[in-house]
Amino acid sequence: MIEIKNLHKSFRNKPVLVGVNLTIQKGETVVIIGRSGCGKSVLLKHIIGLMKPDSGELLIDHEDITKYPKSKLNQLRQKFGMLFQSSALFDSMTVAENVGLGLSEHTKLPEEKIREIASERLKMVGLVGVEEVKPAELSGGMKKRVGLARAIAMNPEFVLYDEPTTGLDPIMADVINELIINLRNTLNITSIAVTHDMVSAYKIADKVAMLYQGKIILVGTPEEIRNTDNPTVRQFIGGSSQGPIPTLE
Amino acid sequence: MLFKNIVVNLPAAFRRVRLVFEQMLAMGVNSLPLVLVTSVFTGGVSAVQAAYQFSDYVPMRYLGTAVGKAVVIELGPVLTALVVAGRVGASIAAELGTMKVTEQIDALETLALDPVRYLVVPRFVAGFSMLPVLVIFSDFIAILGGLAVSVFFLGISSYTFLNGLKMFFHLSDVFGGLVKALVFGGIIAVIGCYQGFRTEGGAEGVGKSTTRAVVLSSVLILISDYIIASLLFG
Repeated sequence: MIEIKNLHKSFRNKPVLVGVNLTIQKGETVVIIGRSGCGKSVLLKHIIGLMKPDSGELLIDHEDITKYPKSKLNQLRQKFGMLFQSSALFDSMTVAENVGLGLSEHTKLPEEKIREIASERLKMVGLVGVEEVKPAELSGGMKKRVGLARAIAMNPEFVLYDEPTTGLDPIMADVINELIINLRNTLNITSIAVTHDMVSAYKIADKVAMLYQGKIILVGTPEEIRNTDNPTVRQFIGGSSQGPIPTLE
Repeated sequence: MLFKNIVVNLPAAFRRVRLVFEQMLAMGVNSLPLVLVTSVFTGGVSAVQAAYQFSDYVPMRYLGTAVGKAVVIELGPVLTALVVAGRVGASIAAELGTMKVTEQIDALETLALDPVRYLVVPRFVAGFSMLPVLVIFSDFIAILGGLAVSVFFLGISSYTFLNGLKMFFHLSDVFGGLVKALVFGGIIAVIGCYQGFRTEGGAEGVGKSTTRAVVLSSVLILISDYIIASLLFG
């Protein structure tokens, strides 16, 4: 279980998160929606300890990770996988090395076994025969899928998705959505995704939370979000330029 | 801060021998052609300049001495370090800078890998160990360059040149030069990594970090050269 309590974070005196509260139950998929640049990725990076909050608590299985020293944080991170917006594949390595890196650094498994797991994970995300290819030769959708294979290589309990479908064609976006749903169903992974793609949010979420002006303003099931009368949320999910959300920044 | 972190993580280099070797290849072996070309001409020009300054005042049998000392103590280590800073320091900053702006460094951390241990330590060990090796090659080739210019263009026999070289040749001079090389190698790697890690803002940021890495490491090489020279030879 992940509990975020009153989390604050500013960059150069510009507040980005001003008291975020959110609870994510085990095995649940929570999608955080919000405009580009509203701090969704920042929130995600706090959950895996890449950023430290200015104040507030972040409890993972009832332990506050904001006070963890680096060594303990690294132990915790082995339970996590993260899919980055730009995939963030290591371009000096092949696809198989990317997927197997965590395993080869943290386990004593022989190399052949790691390659086998890497191939199996790649197969799970629908990729066959790309093991020896360098990431630069892949399309955007393939990179996302390799990133996903890397994120799940170590059998994580939690997977964080940063804009999993952004920049993909609608068909590939749906392939990724199906993958995320499959992973939750087969591996019982707790997932947190941030996105502004509402199609994806409705499809994969157990719960949707909207981040606006540094706070979570509404949490609900996709159905509740669809039928909300909160004008800010309505404007966002309807994709309208008219409403309480200012378009000038 | 970064330096302290590197020292603490040094033992990790022994567990990642492959990464260290990759860097040694990139920084050392692949820099060799550039260093050799630089060195031939450095040796040649130091012979020409010394001969010009000697004319009428100092006997030419000391030409080998002057070229040898200049190369071994100063020109070999410093010029090698400067060209390697341009070649390798820039590439380290650009590579790590690109990794930073494309979130690859964050990705390493999410895989519970320490970027200092995984990226910086191998580069530091490679820089620290390969620069002295490059300097040994550079010294040798530069002296050969000086000899060639003396024989073919200055009319001094190879016997006279080599005799002059041997006359005041101290092994401690070579070691002094190699101490400089150790320090310079460390500077190039640490500054390259540091500038890479603090890169922000896309391609423009990577360009700026690369420039800063080369400028800063070149300046630090010259300053530390003065300090080491004062300590060892002053």
